[in-house]
Amino acid sequence: MNPTPFNASASAQTPFTQGLPGPWTAIFVAVALAIYPLVMSALDQAFYVNLGSRVLIFALAASALNLALGYGGMISLGHAAFLGIGGYVVAVLANNGVYSAWLSFPLAIGLAAATALLIGVVSLRTKGVYFIMITLAFAQVFYYLAISLPEFGGDDGLQLARRSSVPGLDLSSALSFYFFVLFTAGLAFVLLYRLVASRFGRAIVAIRENERRMAAIGYPVFRLKLAAFALSGGLCGLAGALLANASTSITPHTLTWHQSGLLIVMVILGGSGYFWGGLTGAAVYLILEETISDHTEHWNLVLGALLLFIVMAAPNGVMSLRQHLAKRVGGARGHGTAPLAATSHEGEAK
Amino acid sequence: MSYLIIEQVLNGLQYGLMLFLLAAGLTLVFGIMDLINLAHGSLYMIGAFLAAAFFQAIGSFFPALLLAIVFTALIGIILERLLYRHLQRMSHLSQVLATFALILIANETIKMIFGAQPLMIGMPASLSGAIEIVPDELYYPSYRLLIIVVGLMVALGLYLLVNRTRIGMWMRAGASNPDMTAVMGVRIKPLFTFVFALGAALCALAGALLGPLLAVSVGMGESILIPAFEVIVIGGIGSMRGALVGSLLVGMIDTVGKLILTLGLRTLFDSATASTLGPTLASMSVSLLMVAVLYFRPTGLFPARG
Repeated sequence: MNPTPFNASASAQTPFTQGLPGPWTAIFVAVALAIYPLVMSALDQAFYVNLGSRVLIFALAASALNLALGYGGMISLGHAAFLGIGGYVVAVLANNGVYSAWLSFPLAIGLAAATALLIGVVSLRTKGVYFIMITLAFAQVFYYLAISLPEFGGDDGLQLARRSSVPGLDLSSALSFYFFVLFTAGLAFVLLYRLVASRFGRAIVAIRENERRMAAIGYPVFRLKLAAFALSGGLCGLAGALLANASTSITPHTLTWHQSGLLIVMVILGGSGYFWGGLTGAAVYLILEETISDHTEHWNLVLGALLLFIVMAAPNGVMSLRQHLAKRVGGARGHGTAPLAATSHEGEAK
Repeated sequence: MSYLIIEQVLNGLQYGLMLFLLAAGLTLVFGIMDLINLAHGSLYMIGAFLAAAFFQAIGSFFPALLLAIVFTALIGIILERLLYRHLQRMSHLSQVLATFALILIANETIKMIFGAQPLMIGMPASLSGAIEIVPDELYYPSYRLLIIVVGLMVALGLYLLVNRTRIGMWMRAGASNPDMTAVMGVRIKPLFTFVFALGAALCALAGALLGPLLAVSVGMGESILIPAFEVIVIGGIGSMRGALVGSLLVGMIDTVGKLILTLGLRTLFDSATASTLGPTLASMSVSLLMVAVLYFRPTGLFPARG
């Protein structure tokens, strides 16, 4: 548990600049994501447009978790709670006749962020394994709440008669909904980028690397972590609101710890602490799920084996493989002495 | 009325002791190996399925139970050798992911072998009756009494093992400081294997014993895993005493709480609402208990590491 002094990452890139995207990458990603649905609808593949929407929604949720988990080092096994809160806010409002997105979305974000703030106040007092477990316990509370209260539809969840209404936009078609999701998630990504590139972002990364030293320097460690956790929860709530709209329903399954586990899986698949980690992870996960489920009903077996392989072979996610490869190639060419392999986070979480 | 409560207290004791069987293994693995094993519930499921399979093959309960325990312990040893030994050196996050992956693999494999339908284990005929505890007023199923007796005996046995034997001393030393223990000359790797096999055997015992009461089904592991985690977090990770106290606390709150909450809610709501709300509120209160304990004592009631 004790942070050993002087064990900071010895890689050439500091942890602060690692994984921040250049502007051209961002523009390329944005353009690709905007062209994708147009191509798919031209080919009359509405299914793939919907898949794209789901990828973007889970990319948002995973990126939100990445803020807490990847950047902040807070391993939350309860982020499904915030996803669920966002979804249930939209669904409960819709069942009471309120469809306005101007009302339901801010409320979903606000309630999820407020819940995350309260959970954070209690949970961040604990460390390590205890933090993982306490976030799990809180998420279970919301799961039980959802299945027991008749207003929330019990085991069956809630159905939405139609998608939320945004003035001047008709979200019922797959294409328009996709662009709505792209716009909303895009805003969230810009916000996330501004956050992680700011002093605040650097501070939470530094806290992840060495909490004790940051406290000694005089940073308000607890408040910074709490802020990151609450922001992460709020953005996850936004993803939940979009998710309820995507499937026009919400079920308690969204709140299960299985879902929390899958969000972590997405972050790790993509690379925790890398800006595009959430997007990469969500895309890889959902596309794999779609393609493999077509061939076998034992998708979970494949996923399990794949996960196990990734944990063993690339503990820092797919995005880190690029650096590993670059290092290998660089070392083979004999360009100077490669820094000691230290991109692994193995020591730091103990 | 009061007999109803006594019966529920016995049920709570029974549930608590079964939780203890899981929590004991979990807390040892957690405490000594510093390893989060989300797949502990899968060992419980595997134990139950093996017991059901052996029961169907030989038709007799207790030999099936023994075989299930032995084979699950073997699976535990293999897993420890192949996987957990490496995971142990990795971060908690990697452990969460890898054992989450194991759950997916175990569930899917069991589904492939046994199908999605739940299996039944027959109760031994001699124990299928009920015992009269208070004449004409309170009957209690003898099989459940057996579970209580076995649970108490295992708890006593574990207490003696941990507190009175040399290997138990190593285990306690390992839980409080594994590196120091290794430096002091304890061969810690075989100890890890032993602890893991013991944990797996206890899982199988719980799974096989509960088999006749519950349906043996895929996913049964997850439904008991979360309470088991709550138990060890409440009790303090690595502490056997904490696991016992936590198990009984959680078992009682869950079982007796269900009854009291349902009866209490009947005065407020109609009985249908009360009987759905009661159980979920009881499950919720276990989670809230854990939150409260961690708020006041962030390392549990009986922390093993000072």
